[in-house]
Amino acid sequence: MRTASPRPRYQDSRKPAQRGIVGARSRSRRPRSCTRGDAGADLGASPLPNHRQAGHLRPAPPPLAPNTRAAPPSTGGRARSREAGPCNQWAARAEWKGLSDPRDVTKLARGAVRFRPRPPLASSPPTRHCAANRKTGSAPARTFGRGRVAARRSRGAEWAGRGRGASLRGVVPACVEGAPGSAAAASSSRRSGFFPGVPGIPVRSSSLPLFSDAMPGPTQLFFPLIRNCELSRIYGTACYCHHKHLCCSSPYLPQSRLRYTSHPAYATFCRPKDNWWQYTQGRRYASTPQKFYLTPPQVNSILKANEYSFKVPEFDGKNVSSVLGFDSNQLPANAPIEDRRSAATCLQTRGMLLGVFDGHAGCACSQAVSERLFYYIAVSLLPHETLLEIENAVESGRALLPILQWHKHPNDYFSKEASKLYFNSLRTYWQELIDLNTGESTDIDVKEALINAFKRLDNDISLEAQVGDPNSFLNYLVLRVAFSGATACVAHVDGVDLHVANTGDSRAMLGVQEEDGSWSAVTLSNDHNAQNERELERLKLEHPKNEAKSVVKQDRLLGLLMPFRAFGDVKFKWSIDLQKRVIESGPDQLNDNEYTKFIPPNYYTPPYLTAEPEVTYHRLRPQDKFLVLATDGLWETMHRQDVVRIVGEYLTGMHHQQPIAVGGYKVTLGQMHGLLTERRAKMSSVFEDQNAATHLIRHAVGNNEFGAVDHERLSKMLSLPEELARMYRDDITIIVVQFNSHVVGAYQNQE
Amino acid sequence: MAEVVLSQKWLAAGSTRFCAGILSTARHLTIEQKMADYSNKLYHQLEQETGIQTGYVRTGSIFLAQTQDRLISLKRINSRLNVIGIPSEIISPKKVAELHPLLNVHDLVGAMHVPEDAMVSSADVALALATAASQNGVQIYDRTSVLHVIVKKGQVTGVETDKGQIQCQYFVNCAGQWAYELGLSNEEPVSIPLHACEHFYLLTRPLETPLQSNTPTIVDTDGRIYIRNWQGGILSGGFEKNPKPIFTEGKNQLEIQNLQEDWDHFEPLLSSLLRRMPQLETLEIMKLVNCPETFTPDMRCIMGESPSVQGYFVLAGMNSAGLSFGGGAGKYLAEWMMHGYPSENVWELDLKRFGALQSSRTFLRHRVMEVMPLLYDLKVPRWDFQTGRQLRTSPLYDRLDAQGARWMEKHGFERPKYFVPPDKDLLALEQSKTFYKPDWFDIVESEVKCCKEAVCVIDMSSFTKFEITSTGDQALEILQYLFSNDLDVPVGHIVHTGMLNEGGGYENDCSIARLSKRSFFMISPTDQQVHCWAWLKKHMPQDSNLLLEDVTWKYTALNLIGPRAVDVLSELSYAPMTPDHFPSLFCKEMSVGYANGIRVMSMTHTGEPGFMLYIPIEYALHVYNEVMSVGQKYGIRNAGYYALRSLRIEKFFAFWGQDLNTLTTPLECGRESWVKLEKGMDFIGRDALLQQKQNGVYKRFTMFILDDHDTDLDLWPWWGEPIYRNGQYVGKTTSSAYSYTLERHVCLGFVHNFSEDTGEEQVVTTDFINRGEYEIDIAGHRFQAKAKLYPVASLVTHKRRKDDVELSDLHGK
Repeated sequence: MRTASPRPRYQDSRKPAQRGIVGARSRSRRPRSCTRGDAGADLGASPLPNHRQAGHLRPAPPPLAPNTRAAPPSTGGRARSREAGPCNQWAARAEWKGLSDPRDVTKLARGAVRFRPRPPLASSPPTRHCAANRKTGSAPARTFGRGRVAARRSRGAEWAGRGRGASLRGVVPACVEGAPGSAAAASSSRRSGFFPGVPGIPVRSSSLPLFSDAMPGPTQLFFPLIRNCELSRIYGTACYCHHKHLCCSSPYLPQSRLRYTSHPAYATFCRPKDNWWQYTQGRRYASTPQKFYLTPPQVNSILKANEYSFKVPEFDGKNVSSVLGFDSNQLPANAPIEDRRSAATCLQTRGMLLGVFDGHAGCACSQAVSERLFYYIAVSLLPHETLLEIENAVESGRALLPILQWHKHPNDYFSKEASKLYFNSLRTYWQELIDLNTGESTDIDVKEALINAFKRLDNDISLEAQVGDPNSFLNYLVLRVAFSGATACVAHVDGVDLHVANTGDSRAMLGVQEEDGSWSAVTLSNDHNAQNERELERLKLEHPKNEAKSVVKQDRLLGLLMPFRAFGDVKFKWSIDLQKRVIESGPDQLNDNEYTKFIPPNYYTPPYLTAEPEVTYHRLRPQDKFLVLATDGLWETMHRQDVVRIVGEYLTGMHHQQPIAVGGYKVTLGQMHGLLTERRAKMSSVFEDQNAATHLIRHAVGNNEFGAVDHERLSKMLSLPEELARMYRDDITIIVVQFNSHVVGAYQNQE
Repeated sequence: MAEVVLSQKWLAAGSTRFCAGILSTARHLTIEQKMADYSNKLYHQLEQETGIQTGYVRTGSIFLAQTQDRLISLKRINSRLNVIGIPSEIISPKKVAELHPLLNVHDLVGAMHVPEDAMVSSADVALALATAASQNGVQIYDRTSVLHVIVKKGQVTGVETDKGQIQCQYFVNCAGQWAYELGLSNEEPVSIPLHACEHFYLLTRPLETPLQSNTPTIVDTDGRIYIRNWQGGILSGGFEKNPKPIFTEGKNQLEIQNLQEDWDHFEPLLSSLLRRMPQLETLEIMKLVNCPETFTPDMRCIMGESPSVQGYFVLAGMNSAGLSFGGGAGKYLAEWMMHGYPSENVWELDLKRFGALQSSRTFLRHRVMEVMPLLYDLKVPRWDFQTGRQLRTSPLYDRLDAQGARWMEKHGFERPKYFVPPDKDLLALEQSKTFYKPDWFDIVESEVKCCKEAVCVIDMSSFTKFEITSTGDQALEILQYLFSNDLDVPVGHIVHTGMLNEGGGYENDCSIARLSKRSFFMISPTDQQVHCWAWLKKHMPQDSNLLLEDVTWKYTALNLIGPRAVDVLSELSYAPMTPDHFPSLFCKEMSVGYANGIRVMSMTHTGEPGFMLYIPIEYALHVYNEVMSVGQKYGIRNAGYYALRSLRIEKFFAFWGQDLNTLTTPLECGRESWVKLEKGMDFIGRDALLQQKQNGVYKRFTMFILDDHDTDLDLWPWWGEPIYRNGQYVGKTTSSAYSYTLERHVCLGFVHNFSEDTGEEQVVTTDFINRGEYEIDIAGHRFQAKAKLYPVASLVTHKRRKDDVELSDLHGK
C-alpha cells in the first residue's frame, strides 16, 4: 500500500482509504484547487457523496440522542455516523460546550452532569469523548454484529453507487429507512440501563483535568466503534469510517443545513469549531465568503506544539556518545492522539532507547507501553549484580538506583495511578531474572533482552487484566489497556551497536549519506502486516491448515486487524472462555460493551496475535547519519527515500547536499551571486524548523506534487477540524536520531 | 647555543601558506600597530638581505567607512597611527574613487588611507626568513613533529620529537592552531586558549584590463570584506557574521587539508563584494579558498612565557593577522627570551592574562564565534563579550541581577556595571553602542551621588586575593624583597604597594594587609590571578616553608563606599567605626550581623571614605542582606563598576593593567611615598628607582581635565587618545571617565618630553608639566585640557555648605 510520493495525497494519505476500504477505495476525492479560498469547503464538501452513499447503504442504526430523534427523517445518517464514531464528535462537542455552560445542562444526559463542576481546560483542544458518546455509543455497539453483516452485504452496491449522482439519489431513502430502526434502538439502549453504568466511568476530556492525564479515553475501549477509524481498522468489512465522518458534513447540503439549523438543538450540534461555524455562516450568507487560512505563524504553532529536541550534553566540548541527540514530534489526527513516543538514556548500562508506539482502539495500551516498555528493556539489560543491588535496596527501603533518564515533552505524561501496580509487575520480573541467573556471568545479549522485555510486558499487561485490581479505577484501566492495542518500534543505540525491535507496522529507517553526498534509506525493520510474506507464512504455520484462509482476510488478521503483531489486543490472544470470564467479572462498563464481548470470527486457535518483536541489528558506520523512527502515519504519506532525503538535507543544510563547486567551469561572480541568492531563498524555508521531525511533518502534510511544501495546502490540512483530520492522515509520530559520525568513526578506527 | 626550528610538515605549511598576504598597520592597539610597523619594515628589507623574492609591493590600503560611527573609529586609529610615525590620512569618498578605479563610493562617508601598507607573498616571506635564519646558524628540521616538551623542575630541558630528543633551554610554541593541543601534551599542561574557524577568500582570474600591481588594498569593514589585487585579478575575503568554528574536538591532523569550499556561506561576502565593485560581475571565478584561522577569546594574539613552565614560550592565536604581526611579535618575543622582558609593554598580549579557566573547548568554540565577526565590527567604548559569560560569579549574582544589575566580565568573572532602576525601561543594547554620551549616564550619576552623599554597595568579589603565610619570619623577609613598600607595619595595617620588576616597573599594584606577624593578605586586580601567582612562585625560594594560597574563591568582597558606611557598619557590628577607632588603611576581623570573622578594611579603592568587607562566601548573602536592610535608612543602594571608575579616576587613582604596566615606575606616577627607598632595604627594582630618582623621570602620570568639551554633544574620550602639549605630541591617555563632581571629563595619561630635534626622550619635570598648554585629540578633534599632578583638592575635602542642603537630600537614594 505504500506508494511513492509525490502522489495525490488527499486520496492516498487517508488512512481509511488505505486501511479501511480494502480494495474498495473510493474515487479520488482530491479537493478542487482552492480558488474559492475556503479550505473547509474543499475538504469537507468534496467527499460528501460517499457520505451519503454510506448512509444509504448501511443498515440503519438506531437514533441515539434526544436531539436526533427530534428530526427523525434527516438524522438517520447522522445517527449512524455516531455509531461509526468520527462524526459524532460534533455532537459530542456540542454537548461538551453545554457542559461548560450551565444553561445548557438541561440538555445533557444525566451522566454528564457529574462532570460539570470541573472547569474546562482552556489550553487543550476540545476532545470528543464525552457524554454524547456515552449516551449514544452503546446502541451502535449492540447493533454492531448485525450491522457488519449488513454492511458487507451492501458493499457491492456501494461500489456501484460511488458516483456523485448515485449518492445523491441514495441519500434520502437511506435516511427515511434508517429512522424507525434508529429510534427503536435508541430507546432500547436507554432501557438497557445504559445510564446507570455511565456515571461511574471517568471520561477523558479536556474538561476533566483530573483525568486528562491519567485516563486517556475509556470510550476507546468502551465504545471503540465510535472511535473514528478504529472501526475500519478492526472491522474492515463493517463500514467506511470516512463516510461516516461526513455524516456530519450534511450541513453543507443546502437542504439539510436548512433543515437542521432550523432546529435549535442542531444549531449547537453543528458548531464544533469556530471556523466551521464561520464557514457555515459564510455559506449561508453567500455574499461574504470568509477565508480562514492559517497564517504561517499559526501553522508553525500547530506543528511545533509537540516538538521536542534533546541534545546529548557535551563535556568540555566533546560529545563521546555516538548519538548527537534527537528531534521528535507528533501531529495528532485522532483526538486525542493515539500515538505515543518515548526516549530515555539507560543509566546503569550504556545506551539510549527510543521508541514510537501506535495505539489502536484507544490510546490506553500505547500509553502503558510507552511508560513501561523501556523499564522492561533496561531491566533485561542489567547485569545480575545491579539487579541484586536494586532488589536489596527495595527490600531494605534504601534509595533505588535510577535506571532511566527520560527525555520527555511536557505532553508526554506518565500515569501516576498505575505507577505502583506497574512497579510491582516490573519488580516481579527482575526477581525472576535474579532467580533465573545461573551464576555464571555471561554477556547480556541485547537482542534477547529486547525480545524478552517485549514479551514480558505484553504478558504482564495480559495478566494484570486477568487478575484485576481491587481499586476499581485501576481495574478498569488495566482492562482498557489489555483490550486496546499498540504497535511498538524501539531502537537501542549503544556505541556503534544499533538494535531495532519492531512489533507491528511502525518503521525504523536509517539515513545513509553516500560518498557523493546523496541520501539513501536503509530499512531496519519489517512491517508486520499483510504486505509481509513472511508474516503471512508465519501466521499460517501457527494455525491449523483449515484456518489458512480465515486467519488473514482482506489483508487483515481474522479480517479485522491490520498489524499482525501488537501489544494488548487480548481479544486476539485470549481464549474465548477467558475473554468471557474476564468480561463477566469485570466492571459493568465492560460488561455492557458489545465490542469487548464481541469475539472475532473464525476464532478457533488463539492466540492469533503476539507482541514478540523482530529484532534487527545494525553496526553503525560513519556514513549512517541518522535514524528515523515513525509510525505508519508518516510512511503512508511519504516514501522512505523522500523521508531520508528531506531529513538529510535538513540536517546538513542544503549546501552539503549539493555543494556548489566551481570545478573547471567558467563561472563569473555575477552568475555565482545569482545562484547563491536563489539558494539562500530556498534555504530560508528549510531553516524555518529547528526540529527535524517538525520539518518532516511539514513535508508529510504540506508537500505538493513537486515535493515542495505548499503553504496553502499545509494551512488547509492543519485547519481541518479534528474530526475530519483523521480522514486525511493518521496520527504521525516521528523521532529523528542523529548520530555522531566522529565518534562512530573513532569506534571503527579502534578496531 | 644552537637555535632549532621544528616544523610538523613543511615550513609555512599552516595557515601561513593560505594567508591573504595583506600587511596592514591600522590596528586598534598601539602595541599591535608597532608590531605591524616593524613587520612592514622587516619584510621590506628582506628581499635585499636574502635575495629571495617576497612579492613585497607597497600598495597602501584604504579603509572604507559607510557610517559616521565607522568614520569616528577610523579617525581614532588615524590619530594614533600618526603619533607613532605611520603616515595615514582621512580622505573623502571622491579621493577614494581616484585611488581605486573599480570602487563604488556612493554609500561612503569617508575613508582612511594608509599609504605605506603593503602586500607580500606570505609563503615567500616565510622562506626568506628561514633562509636568513639558516644563514645565521639556525637549523631547520622539516617534517619533524613535537611529541611533547620535557620539563624538569618547572624548567624546559628538551623536546621529544618523533625523530628523537633535542636538549634545549627555551621552547617556543608557535604551532598555530595546534598550539592548544601541543600545550596540553605537556606533563604540566600549558593552557593556550585559542580555537580555529574556517576562513574563506575568493580568487579570480585576471580582469580584462588587469589591475596595476600597486592598486591599494580595500578594507570595507562595514561590508565585512577585504579586497586586494591578485595577479591581475581579485583576492577577496572577509569575516562573516556566522563563522564556522572547526576542530573543536581537536583533530590532530598533520596539515591543513584544503577544506571544502562553501559558497552558500560565502554568499553575504560575495554580495558585499559586488556591491562594492559592481564591475566584477563578469569576472571569472578561479577558486574559493577555505583555510582555518585561529582566534583567541579577546581578539588579541597570545605571546609570552608560560606561567607554570619556565623557558616555555608561546606565540600563537594571531586572529588572522599573523603576517602583519609576525615580524614585530618575533622581535618582542626574542627580546623577552634574551632579556627577560620585551622593550614594549605587551601585557595586552601576554599569555598570562588567561588562566586555565579560558581553556574549555566549549567556551572557546562559543567565544571565537563572537570574536571572528567582531574583527570587523565597530568597536565602541565599553563593549562586552556576550558569549562565554556567567562562568565565575559571586554568590550574590542572582540577588544583584534581580535588582537590575547589568554585567561586564573580567577574567571570566561577572561584575556589575550599573543597576537599572526598576522604573526605567530596559536599555536597548544598540543604544549603548556609541562614541558619544552613553544612555547609562544618568544611572551612573545617581550611583556616584549616592557614594558621595550616602552609602553604596559594590560587589567586588572578582579581585584576586592571595594569602601568604610562613612558620617563621620568612614571609615578611621575602615580601619585603618582592614589594616596593615597607611591609613591616603593625598587625592590622594595610599597605599600598607595587610589585616591581628589575626595571622598577609595576608587575602588580596591590594592597597588602598584615593579618598577623606571619601572614599577609594580598589584594590585586582581577586579571592578575595568573600573572601575580607566576611572579610570586618564580621569585619565592624553592625550599622555603612559605605558604602561598589563592583564596580568591573563598571570599566575597563588598565595597561600602560613602560617608554613611560608618553608620551602617557600626550598627551591624556594635563597634565604633569612626576614624578614631578605625583609622584609614586598617584591617580588622569582626562580626557583621550574625556572621563572625569578616575582614573589614578601611579602604575603598576610590579614595572615598568607606570599607571593604571580605566575607567568607557562606556568609555573603547574610551580610549583604543585613547591610542592605540596615542601610535602608541611610539611603543605601547598589552601585556598579562604572561608578567606581568615575570615582577613582577623578581622584587620580591609577589602575594596574590600564594606567600602570611593567614599564611604569612608582616615581613616574607620583608614588614615591609608597616606596621604601630611604629605608635601606633591598627590593626588586630598587636600583632602577634610585637611578631614576637621581636622573629624573622620562614620563609623568598626569591628570587632565577637559575644558571645552561638551558632554552631551562631543565625542567622549576613551583611552589611547594622543596628548598634545603646546601643539607637540607628548603621550597618550590611558583611561578616562566623566567626573560627576567636577562636571568635566577627566583623562589620565603619561606625558613625555620628546626632544624637538632628535625625538629622544628627555626628563620630565614638574615644571615641564605645569608650564604647558594641553590638548587631547579625540578622533581628530583636539580639546583643551588642564594638566594636574595631584588630585583636585575640593574632591578630597569635599564638604557641603549648610545652605546647599535641600529637601531632596532627605529622600532615600
